[in-house]
Amino acid sequence: MADRSIYVEMKDITKRFGSVIATDHMNFEVAKGEIHALLGENGAGKSTLMNMLSGIYIPDSGHIFIDGKEVRITSPRDALKAGVGMIHQHFKLVDVLTSLENILLGYKTGLFVRKKEQKIKLQQLMEKFQLDVDLDKYVYEMSVGEKQTLEILKTIYRGARILILDEPTAVLTPQETNKLFKIMRRMKEQSCSVIFISHKMNEVMEIADRITVLRKGKTIATLEKESTNPQELTELMVGRPVDLSIKRIPALSDNIVFQVRNLSAVNEEKVEVLKNISFDMYEGEILGVAGIAGSGQKELCEALAGLYPIKQGEIIFKGENLAGKSPKEFITRGISMSFIPEDRLGMGLVANMDIVDNILLKQYHHSKGIMVQRKPAAAKAEEIVKKLEIQTPGIKEPIKNLSGGNIQKVLLGRELDSHPELLITAYPVRGLDINTCLKIYDILNEEKKRGVAILYIAEDLDSLMGLCDRIMVISNGEITGIVDARKATKEQLGLMMLGNKEVHHAV
Amino acid sequence: MQFRIVIKSEIGKKKRVLIFLGSIIAALIVSGLFLAFLNLNPFQVYIAMLQGSVGSVYRIEQTIIYAIPLIITSLGVAIAFKMKFWNIGAEGQILMGAFMASYFALNYSFLPRFILLLIMFFAGFIGGAVWGIIPAFFRAKWGTNETIITLMMNYVALKWVVYLQYGPWKDPNAFGFPKIANFAKNAVLPELFGVHIGWIIAVLLTIFVYFFLNRSKKGFEIAVLGESVNTARYAGINIFRTIIFAMVLSGGICGIVGFIEASGVEQTLTKDITGGVGYTAIIIAWLGALKPQWMVLASLLFAILIQGSSYIQSAFGISAYSAQLLEAIVLFFVLGSDFFTRYKLIIDWPSLLRRTKENGK
Repeated sequence: MADRSIYVEMKDITKRFGSVIATDHMNFEVAKGEIHALLGENGAGKSTLMNMLSGIYIPDSGHIFIDGKEVRITSPRDALKAGVGMIHQHFKLVDVLTSLENILLGYKTGLFVRKKEQKIKLQQLMEKFQLDVDLDKYVYEMSVGEKQTLEILKTIYRGARILILDEPTAVLTPQETNKLFKIMRRMKEQSCSVIFISHKMNEVMEIADRITVLRKGKTIATLEKESTNPQELTELMVGRPVDLSIKRIPALSDNIVFQVRNLSAVNEEKVEVLKNISFDMYEGEILGVAGIAGSGQKELCEALAGLYPIKQGEIIFKGENLAGKSPKEFITRGISMSFIPEDRLGMGLVANMDIVDNILLKQYHHSKGIMVQRKPAAAKAEEIVKKLEIQTPGIKEPIKNLSGGNIQKVLLGRELDSHPELLITAYPVRGLDINTCLKIYDILNEEKKRGVAILYIAEDLDSLMGLCDRIMVISNGEITGIVDARKATKEQLGLMMLGNKEVHHAV
Repeated sequence: MQFRIVIKSEIGKKKRVLIFLGSIIAALIVSGLFLAFLNLNPFQVYIAMLQGSVGSVYRIEQTIIYAIPLIITSLGVAIAFKMKFWNIGAEGQILMGAFMASYFALNYSFLPRFILLLIMFFAGFIGGAVWGIIPAFFRAKWGTNETIITLMMNYVALKWVVYLQYGPWKDPNAFGFPKIANFAKNAVLPELFGVHIGWIIAVLLTIFVYFFLNRSKKGFEIAVLGESVNTARYAGINIFRTIIFAMVLSGGICGIVGFIEASGVEQTLTKDITGGVGYTAIIIAWLGALKPQWMVLASLLFAILIQGSSYIQSAFGISAYSAQLLEAIVLFFVLGSDFFTRYKLIIDWPSLLRRTKENGK
């Protein structure tokens, strides 16, 4: 990359939200034809900075130059005119419309839409960037990956030459991620620029040309990928040396606390989503669950917490079969489930309520009388905020105003606080920065020490192999094997995730 | 782009009050223009409205009598609204409550007054509660749309009372006039400080609903369920039971309004007993942001507006339609002001001026 001409330059950008400075005189530049990663902890100002480039926020002060000319971006439309398009974490698509209709929606091309003409134009674009989109497919029929590709096509079609991707891989399977990377490289070849916001160090190291690190609203450094490494990047991000290794503490006992026998469940369409699932869990053990997204993880979680109707099978907790009991009875016996869905809020928390009321949600059952007691819940809230370093103006803050990572900490803090004996946790580190991830692993390990059996469902194989004692692999609602996490290899797990049962060595 | 609409972040209480006051002033100015058009002095009219609604002890009593059903009904619907259950069936629930209370009033007037009124109170509650359970059951069991069902049930209740009034319950001593017999003295609510004791019920219910929504376990469950069904399920809340319970309470409280209006105001059952309160209460519940203390205030202001505008009809010879137009203007501005608590209008003056200049050329 010898001829690196600057495409986008953001100079001295400051933005305040009330008393909080989100970006403090930030500088940022992107060259033509490069993939530039933006790295930082939750709340470092990555999304705010990019939202200003794409016209969602307007900077309080500072200048933006595109192709050498100063531009004033006050709306997404202005941004697109200047060639900037952003793909958000939550897709802006209309479910009941087709790809083509979504692309043309709200985009004025004259009095008539002239679908045929547009279709030809789109096909040319798709060829140029090697995007694979079925223009006549309805959005509700699409997988997450397909929706994302459609968003990219839509944005390019509307004139974007600088594409901002906000944590695009958080919701993708490894295969879909590879596909996305191919698209990104192709865009680079076409001398477009891609800005890639991510928490995942290995992805950043794989795809980025240059990396800009942000911390607490300030630009810390811009580095060439070749001349840096994950350790250095993490330290820049966090501001102090960090031990990146995940600790695994040895499992405690061979006391079985939880047994699942021949568990099967069907969904509303009568499709079997869990097939004859059987496994045991020991006291003080972390049992990992690996699988391609949508292999039955959600249904398994819900079934084990009494939230999903099961067709047959037994859920035996300390000798008692809980199958068919109400969710409340699961809770009172000390089974706690925390599922972090893609939108982080859909389950377990109430966005419009404050931290106290969200803590109260799992406590109010226990208090006597018909009234709720907010005082103990408020004390708990203070305690959890302090212990997990949750960033919030106060415990009376509606949690929808907190950042994603902090919301997750509230949920996890509450679940752990109920002192469960069995903790089911799905995607607890989804979308979190490394430092917070490590913090959460520590918390889980602490619970493990206390003798809690933990079912840990995750997508990231590295964390599964580092943290867990055993890993159970499911594919298509079926267990394809349970392996010792110390001896497992990624290849072996990958094959099992695809449904291959032969490779496992029973433990 | 010359102007656009931006979502505001949460605004403070002070600003909210200022926006509310601003909307009232704007409404007074616009209705003032309308009154000036009718060759009336707006200031005189406004002062007369106040005189007509709170100008004497008697008028204050009348205004309070008007406010009582508004307060209680808005309390009732607020419980359902908190659960995001769109109960627009308060009209029907009031009518059924009135019907049930009237049944005892007409047939058991030999009972001692206190006992009879107590029975009528609970009969009213049950009448409304039953009318609330039906849509709640369908919604909880099969996910039907409660808006449509509660609305349709209003008409069922109305026609039922009309049938009684023109048929089996028609007073034989009314010279063929289709009306139901007046209640015996025993079945009429006594007065305290010049107003039937429905006002005491209203005060007690306001306190009850306040504590119910803010402090009770059930109230908490209803709020959680209203925010997110998934979260409610996850927290071990029994969704079916909670929906039914909330609607028993919501419908029941509306049913009490039926009892109060039949016993304390009309002293009989008529098809017009609701006077549209069931619909007005929906507006009040929203104006008061589902908070009991604010809903009481909104009900009182509303009653003042209605009483005042009916007074100026006779005092200034304004037609009923013009008076209603004034009410509508006030409502329009007050409800419309909600827009400014949520959104911000940004006008891009430079480009607007440029555009105007270009057009000028």
